[in-house]
Amino acid sequence: MKFAAVATVVLAGWCVWASPALGQQADAPSTVGVTITGDYGYGFPPDASEHGHEMDRLIVIVHWFMGVLFVGWGVFFAYCLVRFRRRPGHQAGYDMIKAKPSKYAELGVAVFEGVLLISFSMPAWTKAKSPPDPATAVNIRVVAEQFAWNFHYPGKDGKFGKTDPKHIDTAINAVGVDRSGEGKDDVISGELHVPVGEAVICQISSKDVIHSFGVPVLRVKQDAMPGMRIPVWFKAVKTGTYEVACAQLCGNNHYKMKALIVIEPRDQYDAWLEKKGAPPKEFEEE
Amino acid sequence: MTAEHHGQHGHHELGWWRKYVFSTDHKVIGVQYAVTALFFLFFGFCLMMIMRWQLAYPGRPLPLIGGLFGEANMPGGIMLPEFYNSLGAMHGTIMVFLGVVPMVVGGFGNYVMPLQIGAPDMSFPKLNMVSYWVYFVGGVVMLTSFFVPGGAANSGWTSYAPLSVIATMGQTMWLLGMVFLITSSLLGSVNFIVTIIQLRAKGLTMFRLPFFVWAQFVTAFLLLLAFPPLEAAAVLQLMDRVAGTSFFIPAGLVVSGQVLPTDNLPQTGGGNPLLWQHLFWFLAHPEVYVLILPGMGIVTEVIANNTRKPVWGYRTMVYALVFLGFMSFIVWAHHMFITGMGTTLSAFFATTTMIISIPSVVILTALLITLHRASIRFTTPMLFALAFLPMFAVGGLTGLPLGLPAADIPLHDTYYVIAHFHYVVAPGTIFAIFAGIYYWFPKVTGRTFDPFLGKIHFWLSLVFINIVFAPMFWVGMAGVSRRLYDQTVYAHGLAVQPAVELSSWAAWLLGLAQIPFIINFFMSIRKGRTVSDNPWEGTTLEWVAPSPPPHGNFASVPVVYRGPYEYSVPGSAREFFPQNVVAEA
Amino acid sequence: MSAETLPYTVHPHPITGVYSGKLGTWLFLASEVMLFGALFSSYVLLRVSAAHWPGHDETHLSVPIGTFNTLVLIVSSVTMVMAWASLKMNEFAKARWYLAATVVLALVFLLVKLFFEYMPKWEHGHRPGFSSFFALYYTLTGLHALHIIGGIIVITYFLLPGSALWKKDPEYYTNRIECTGLYWHFVDLVWIFLFPVLYLM
Repeated sequence: MKFAAVATVVLAGWCVWASPALGQQADAPSTVGVTITGDYGYGFPPDASEHGHEMDRLIVIVHWFMGVLFVGWGVFFAYCLVRFRRRPGHQAGYDMIKAKPSKYAELGVAVFEGVLLISFSMPAWTKAKSPPDPATAVNIRVVAEQFAWNFHYPGKDGKFGKTDPKHIDTAINAVGVDRSGEGKDDVISGELHVPVGEAVICQISSKDVIHSFGVPVLRVKQDAMPGMRIPVWFKAVKTGTYEVACAQLCGNNHYKMKALIVIEPRDQYDAWLEKKGAPPKEFEEE
Repeated sequence: MTAEHHGQHGHHELGWWRKYVFSTDHKVIGVQYAVTALFFLFFGFCLMMIMRWQLAYPGRPLPLIGGLFGEANMPGGIMLPEFYNSLGAMHGTIMVFLGVVPMVVGGFGNYVMPLQIGAPDMSFPKLNMVSYWVYFVGGVVMLTSFFVPGGAANSGWTSYAPLSVIATMGQTMWLLGMVFLITSSLLGSVNFIVTIIQLRAKGLTMFRLPFFVWAQFVTAFLLLLAFPPLEAAAVLQLMDRVAGTSFFIPAGLVVSGQVLPTDNLPQTGGGNPLLWQHLFWFLAHPEVYVLILPGMGIVTEVIANNTRKPVWGYRTMVYALVFLGFMSFIVWAHHMFITGMGTTLSAFFATTTMIISIPSVVILTALLITLHRASIRFTTPMLFALAFLPMFAVGGLTGLPLGLPAADIPLHDTYYVIAHFHYVVAPGTIFAIFAGIYYWFPKVTGRTFDPFLGKIHFWLSLVFINIVFAPMFWVGMAGVSRRLYDQTVYAHGLAVQPAVELSSWAAWLLGLAQIPFIINFFMSIRKGRTVSDNPWEGTTLEWVAPSPPPHGNFASVPVVYRGPYEYSVPGSAREFFPQNVVAEA
Repeated sequence: MSAETLPYTVHPHPITGVYSGKLGTWLFLASEVMLFGALFSSYVLLRVSAAHWPGHDETHLSVPIGTFNTLVLIVSSVTMVMAWASLKMNEFAKARWYLAATVVLALVFLLVKLFFEYMPKWEHGHRPGFSSFFALYYTLTGLHALHIIGGIIVITYFLLPGSALWKKDPEYYTNRIECTGLYWHFVDLVWIFLFPVLYLM
């Protein structure tokens, strides 16, 4: 069996050595032709939102707390493994030690968790869940389907037309808006454009299964539930072209259910809307 | 204790089928569960190793074995997204329901618990046998689902509706398989609770029980009370899929361009997808405690034995365990923060989630403090048990940002979550499983594992498992969602692709690292060094029985005079006192 | 290890005061409460969030038939208790009659359900997919009916092949009938909740 052990180690070592030969990247097909703004790496994505930093800050503080606990435990752990290893003339201590510091640390942990929840998480969450008055914000309906995003703008009259599945034309009217009536000037786009520096309220819904409207650079994530319209709001403060990702398994092409979000100055946004937005994303066969 | 005898039956020798296949002996059933579960753990791990190729090299043909999966799944050796999703859903399902729980509860619980309480068997031996075979049938149903048209279930192990309702036939088989598995679990949990309450040896009060038995006790209650809602939900989803009901289907769905109801999907609506989520998570949260508690029990036994001292704060640990079990029923919606939940509901569940972290911390800390003033023997089981502590710490701590709703928004359903729960289950529970296998193998077979191979297995597994999962925290913080067939579609995914590739290589090496264990296992069964009945010098009652214990377990009924961890008692001639040894004069 | 030689299978445990089968049955019933509880909770959730919930005029559930079936089940619970009581008083023959009566009543319940409720509804187009109400109706009553069938199988077993146990160990046999009775009362109790929820509300 010693041979088997050595053989295993040699084989494993060979695999590690040989791996770079296989480490070639495939092109990411969907980003060909479009440059996504920002530097991405191991850690938070760029923050293009007004309130995202609150979530980032909470995550960082929690991790410092976790780090303190882990290092504290770890040091004690390592110390014990060395100091109390079995050796001749050394008997284990039967009696239960008092460990008062541990009780106080326990209490401290509980209190700090309460602080994190009440002073950091709840305010940020409440803010995220309290959209401004719709009359003062940009209102967009986000309708998810297998496997595309549809962004429905109310148009110049500021009112959304009535929607009904019977009006759906997958090529040009994926959300089924009634074009006779207030829906005449509605814009349906496959690309999400928002003006920078203004509050945007997105009503998220789905035509078929559960999807999730995820925009990492805005620190936004909201499940798209069929049969419901759930509001999510944000204020983008950095211009650029970013990505919307579906964040809930929705079927075979879930992985490429992507849309572009373009954050641009108000005048460019208006101009884009004027041109009835980008051509709607083609309905993808499964 | 009444006049009913153990060990003297006066009944005839059982035939081969009744002795080895349809046995009612808890030890045989325990081994059956353990062997079947090990197979499923290995199988589920293989599913993941295949997935990791697609993750590391998206769209590239899998070398050597790519052709084995058929044109429907991997044409030209290139994985299709539907197959990737099937592998993912079945990896989770198999590991949780066919692997870990049957191993820690069905395997370890069945074999060790009656021995540790001094009982001749479980309270309901025939029910025990039925539990195993129902599990087996459930496993067969799950495996068969890979071969039906459309392949195995591919809506995640969470099977969210409406996706799962419109999914292919494999999902129906998943639901049927779950009904069998849940039934097996329910029958087993009744058995465990009654056995622990009724069949403890004389003198074995509840607070003299080994912590492992307490862990099994609380786990059994979780299984008993949390599983039925999922069984109900599975029935409802089956009705939606097969009988055209709309429990989880709202009105006006448009699937593939067609408005429901259609011929294929006759649902008229009126249902609620959130209903599935609530019913599912009502089970699935306690389920994760089912995954960890028996592991904590195993680790406690191994640590007490290899530190040669009582566990620190035994009573505190027991209270924490019971409190944890109770709390586990009221945290479930922390999996649903992103569904559109309001501030009140999220505040409630976030609070209960913060509270539930306390008893976990208490148990972990108690085990750590046990190491203080110990006399630590670094045996193979002890290495795994010791590694459990920091690994579980990482897993548990990384649950904190997920339990805080605001922090959960960017982290929900990303690789951060995958890393979090894998740390708890993989270098957590699975290491505890290995600790238990190395620890109790001498009791089951009368032989030991080779320690050198054991240590190789340990160190390689520890190193590689950390390389697999640690990078995922950063990949998740970068915004990469889980369940993505190809994350390089996104800029933030492409940027961290090297880490994904690294995880894949570490996973394959982790697979290779199990070879010493497999070799050791088969070799030691035949040719391992034979040892005495109590090679680890343990105090709990299983070490009093012969190795392996005969039918009826104990030559004479044990009587218990002391607590479970009487090691290094000051002023005594003995280094350790088994529980059934009378006090010194 | 045969069950008869395991302790506390027949005689009660000195501390808990019950024999193992009874404790096991209570635990099993606790899980059944969770099962039907989940279904009742689903009913509540779906009804509360529904725009429209059919009234009596739309569901055509017959209150007289439901009441009859309720009485049938209640009487069957009584006969089940009488069976157990007869065994306690060592009157095996009487117990057999009572067990048989329980099975007959249970079959009456099922046949009334099948012929006077399920089949007419099915033909009328009121099938599970018709509405949330009917989805729940069929699922709840169907699962309940499956439990009744399970009970019939168990009681029939004790009436016929299982009755040999009476000669070998009458106390053990009586205990098993008691546990079956507990299960049967639970199944009856579920119906006592189902009936008003589905038929009267």
